[in-house]
Amino acid sequence: MNILVAVSRVPDTTTKILVGSDGKFIDTNNVKFILNPYDEYALEEAIRLKEKNGGKVIAITVGPATAQDILRNALAVGADEAVHIKSEQNFDSFFVASQIAEYASKMKPDIIFMGKQSIDFDSLQVPSILSDILDLPLATIVTKLNYEGNMVKAEREIEGGKEVLSLQMPCIISAQKGLNEPRYPKLPDIMKAKKKPIEEIDAPNYENNIEIIGMELPSRSRLNKIVGDTDEDIKEIVRMLHEDAKIF
Amino acid sequence: MFELTFTEEQQMLREMVRDFTTNELKPLAAQIDEKEAIPDHIIKKIAELGIFGAAFPVEYGGSGFGEIGYCIIQEEISKGCMSTATMIGAHASIGSNSIYLGGSEELKQRFMPALAAGEKIAAFGLTEQGAGSDAFNLKTHAEQDGDYWVINGEKQWITNGPIADVVAVYARTKKGITAFVVEKGMEGFSAGAPEKKMGIRGSKTSTLKFENVRVPKENMIGKEGYGFPIAMKVLNAGRLGLGAACLGSMKELLALSTEYAKNRYQFDEPIANFQAVQFMLSEIAVMIYNLESIVYRTATLYDLGKMTQAQAGMVKFYASESIDRTVDLSMQIFAGMGYSREMPIERFYRDARINRIFEGTNEIQKIVIAKDILRHKGSIFF
Repeated sequence: MNILVAVSRVPDTTTKILVGSDGKFIDTNNVKFILNPYDEYALEEAIRLKEKNGGKVIAITVGPATAQDILRNALAVGADEAVHIKSEQNFDSFFVASQIAEYASKMKPDIIFMGKQSIDFDSLQVPSILSDILDLPLATIVTKLNYEGNMVKAEREIEGGKEVLSLQMPCIISAQKGLNEPRYPKLPDIMKAKKKPIEEIDAPNYENNIEIIGMELPSRSRLNKIVGDTDEDIKEIVRMLHEDAKIF
Repeated sequence: MFELTFTEEQQMLREMVRDFTTNELKPLAAQIDEKEAIPDHIIKKIAELGIFGAAFPVEYGGSGFGEIGYCIIQEEISKGCMSTATMIGAHASIGSNSIYLGGSEELKQRFMPALAAGEKIAAFGLTEQGAGSDAFNLKTHAEQDGDYWVINGEKQWITNGPIADVVAVYARTKKGITAFVVEKGMEGFSAGAPEKKMGIRGSKTSTLKFENVRVPKENMIGKEGYGFPIAMKVLNAGRLGLGAACLGSMKELLALSTEYAKNRYQFDEPIANFQAVQFMLSEIAVMIYNLESIVYRTATLYDLGKMTQAQAGMVKFYASESIDRTVDLSMQIFAGMGYSREMPIERFYRDARINRIFEGTNEIQKIVIAKDILRHKGSIFF
């Protein structure tokens, strides 16, 4: 079974984010990057499937030269090979999806896993665009999977409940937290990851469909108001909640 | 150019052990202290992840991370639980290392793979009632009887004693001190009840008794009479690892103290605004910077086969004195809350103190360092 896992390199959740001097992108100096947490569930699922059915897991990422460290991570956890589509320019979701699609159309995986979203831009677009380009069935935000022959039963989160889909392989799954418990890389495997192959492919130049015009940090100022405990004060709080905060 | 950077693999090792400590170990640290036991599933997980064998070469079942890797592990584990770091240290750094550093190829092939995999747990048996700082004065003795050596005597303060499958035992023979591998189940070999300790309570420490224990001659570590140099070599590694463990706990204490100082209000402002508190944080940071520098500089020398006994002694001495100062300052910042068992500060406080005592007291370290200074006419640095 050939399994493709798309992974993405994102700033660590605990990193302090600053906007760069051009005002259009984050300042990447001193930012710690990690494997996108949702991709960890995708990777874990891919490795479990391989351990059960045999075959191989290929991890793919689209990103700058520095993104190679997350591929080593994926290899240490259990991916067999990795593909690095190199691009130093800023790109949008369509570009990422089209690059993965190009590789997938040659590799012809039985199943493609990825996180439901990358926690940097939070666009949630790559799985859908990929599904459209490759014309493959897609289940997003999946929390549970069952495999029967070449059919995949996917349980996904919907507003206030669950939905169960049945898909035929080849198909695409985007993983949600809860799908599994990602493993830690074992020390011998960290050492072995060094020897596993990473195929490097130069991405073509690309005109983004979407242009980032500006980026700014959320305002941190809070308007604290302190009122007393008389009946008048309580009336004032109700008014503020109703008229100012528009909570009800 | 002198630069301290870690390889990609070393960084991945650190990330992994840090995640494991944060997610699995830290939440259990108070329980480990309270119940005086590390849960079996934690030890199993440490084994599965390859942590026990990290430092050893691949041909002996390890991962080849060397002493630098081992120090990274000790550092990260000690951020969560010094009991667990002690258990790992007694197993890997002094127990298994006795065989790895002193044993024949055949002996290493026999024991190392299971020890590296954590299928068997090791301990280091040197100390006795009358042989602490004066380790050479040990009384446990072994006499040859055909293809066997018969060991009699008693060891004390043996970390992992009650749980060890394999013990490196140092005993007196005709030609001096000789090391042997004693295995659990050998007749006449028994462990006492775990000691009731002030700190590192999750690690099990006990006496070991040897009553006519017949050990096959193949279990001798190295040659007869060469045990003491092996023990000293092993302890040098142990002292360096101890430094790394102190470093980890100190980093955790700085993080905890900083967070607390920023959130604890007195006189209508965070206590972090007061110089008295800032100076304490600065003092801790200076010690961490110093210790981090010497731990990894010395670990690099160890891996190159160039570390001296004095260098290991300096790391051990500085680390244990610094952690004691650090826990004291942290306790002062946390004040009443630090004294309460609700917070981990008092546990770090109790766990820290042993570092000035075990692996050779700090007074012994000073003697070792002074010997080196005098031998080299005061010139032991660049």
